[in-house]
Amino acid sequence: MTHLTARLTALLGSDVLYRFRRDPVALTAFAILVAFVLAALLAPWLSSMNPHDPAQIDIMNSEIPPVWTSGGEAAFPLGTDVQGRDLLSAILYGLRISIVIGVFAVMVQMTLGIVIGLVSGYLGGKVDAFFMRLADIQLAMSTLMLAIIALAVFKAAVGAEFYEDMAIVMLVLVIGFAEWPQYARTIRASVLAEKKKEYVDAARVIGLSAPTIMARHILPNTLSPLLVISTVQVANAIISEAALSFLGLGMPVTMPSLGSLISSGFEYIFSGAWWITTFPSIALITLILAINLLGDWLRDVLNPRLFKG
Amino acid sequence: MAIVAFLIKRLLQAVLVMFVISLIGFSIQDNLGDPLRELVGQAVSEAEREALRDRMGLNDPFLEQYWRFLGNAVQGDLGVSYHFKRPALDVIADKFPATVDLVIGAAIIIVLVSVPLGCWCAIQPRSWLSQAAMGASIVGISIPVFLTAIFLIYLFSVNLGWLPSFGRGESLVEIVPGWKTGFLTGEGISHLVLPSIALSSIFLPLFIRLIRSEMMEVLEQDYIRYAWAKGLAPRRVWFLHAFKNTLLPVITVGGVQIGLMLAYTILTETVFQWPGLGFMFIEAVTRVDTPLIIAYIIVVGLIFVVTNTVVDLIYTLVNPTVRLVGAPS
Repeated sequence: MTHLTARLTALLGSDVLYRFRRDPVALTAFAILVAFVLAALLAPWLSSMNPHDPAQIDIMNSEIPPVWTSGGEAAFPLGTDVQGRDLLSAILYGLRISIVIGVFAVMVQMTLGIVIGLVSGYLGGKVDAFFMRLADIQLAMSTLMLAIIALAVFKAAVGAEFYEDMAIVMLVLVIGFAEWPQYARTIRASVLAEKKKEYVDAARVIGLSAPTIMARHILPNTLSPLLVISTVQVANAIISEAALSFLGLGMPVTMPSLGSLISSGFEYIFSGAWWITTFPSIALITLILAINLLGDWLRDVLNPRLFKG
Repeated sequence: MAIVAFLIKRLLQAVLVMFVISLIGFSIQDNLGDPLRELVGQAVSEAEREALRDRMGLNDPFLEQYWRFLGNAVQGDLGVSYHFKRPALDVIADKFPATVDLVIGAAIIIVLVSVPLGCWCAIQPRSWLSQAAMGASIVGISIPVFLTAIFLIYLFSVNLGWLPSFGRGESLVEIVPGWKTGFLTGEGISHLVLPSIALSSIFLPLFIRLIRSEMMEVLEQDYIRYAWAKGLAPRRVWFLHAFKNTLLPVITVGGVQIGLMLAYTILTETVFQWPGLGFMFIEAVTRVDTPLIIAYIIVVGLIFVVTNTVVDLIYTLVNPTVRLVGAPS
């Protein structure tokens, strides 16, 4: 217990928290992010209907404009989409799906990346060469391209209907697998720097096994670069999910993420129903911008010399 | 001698990657639908089917079938598209110029905007324009490319009616047989404007930041300090001495971006219904047009591998300080 309180006081008195409190951009970005996450968590209580439940949708309510324009109805503050769903509810539920996919995909990336990065950094030699060449090749082909191709082939193979049930799992796995090199490279670079230090020699001398040294001694010292890329990666994963959904390879219209909402509204902007695409887009951009600003700030504060510029 | 070893190693790796891609392409062909049903339909008896299967070699061992696939692929035969009823490679050759137009259009915008702006940000980091550019670049990174495209359409096509929102237009000029470009007529260019801006929007923040940071690094170097000490004119120092040396890393990164560019053409082309490779691929996926899907994967894989190998080779040739992979250091 004292251990925990000691850590807590260390955190509260730390430089990072001090600088955080003094930075208006970081504070605003953090507040927006918290608001979005809360809105996503509380979606069932905040929204007036469940957009995933066909019984609650009335097709007669389709394409009602937002409440402040002529023809708007008070029951649908941001208007309705083509199927008669309340757009605000659909956005809240969509936010939920987008954030869940983003976070879980990053967890897959992180797990793969940490294991591969630790192993190739610590062992070096042939193992290292193999994984790093693989990472080079995979990055050169662009992760979005790989994700598009993998999902397209999977969709064509299992048929559209079965695919819709599997979409959320497939998106997490594909975005997760496509981006592991980012983590593996970062971890490997830190491991190479840490490996030379004396505490690692000491751990080896007292006879600890390689996995213990990697997990208990080296890994905790690579946490700050990990934190920085994780913020950027969550933003990227959410963008990738939106892009894949926009192409029809992601979440189905019956269970829309922000990307599929934008996609379903796209053909109606020509007929004047601008709100179906606009509001989910604003939500998506604000969310990603908040995460990216926070990531930028973290990078400046922790300064792990990951990126230039 | 090291350079020759490096060359051979790099080429071997390229061949290996293409081999893996072809293996993936082949296993897709094996698993997506039944080629027999596409050919003969449902109304053929089981015994006839089996006979046909034998004749087509579908019962041969995996390796034998793969070898045949590879042999055909090397000779430029990747099967016949179910939808277009034409060889898949011919369809791709038809769509290719449209995508090249789009990529060239985006590249022109990227170079014209990011080079001056990146240099300015490095030379005058405190000016309002630099601050604005750096702020805008983080907003730019946060907007997905398809949203940029949608809002360009909404603003310039739906609301203002200035520019067309889809397709390449009618007046394309054939520069060589089978290769039409939209760059030579007003109508063609008007169709190119929005898609090119949309495609470039995702790369602009990246390149502005890259040029800025590379140039800032170069400006700190001793030889630049020496150039100042000699009393050279600021322009000469910035653009002759400093800029020349920022170009190399920028070109390498730019070359590697070609993969990302192709991925984003899929999104841009889908929004603008641009009759290029990306739009064709998404349509092929919807129609489960297996030969076309495979052909696309193999052609795009080839483009990746070739550009990456060439960029790597150029980089090593131009920059002798790079340690060759596999060479004794």
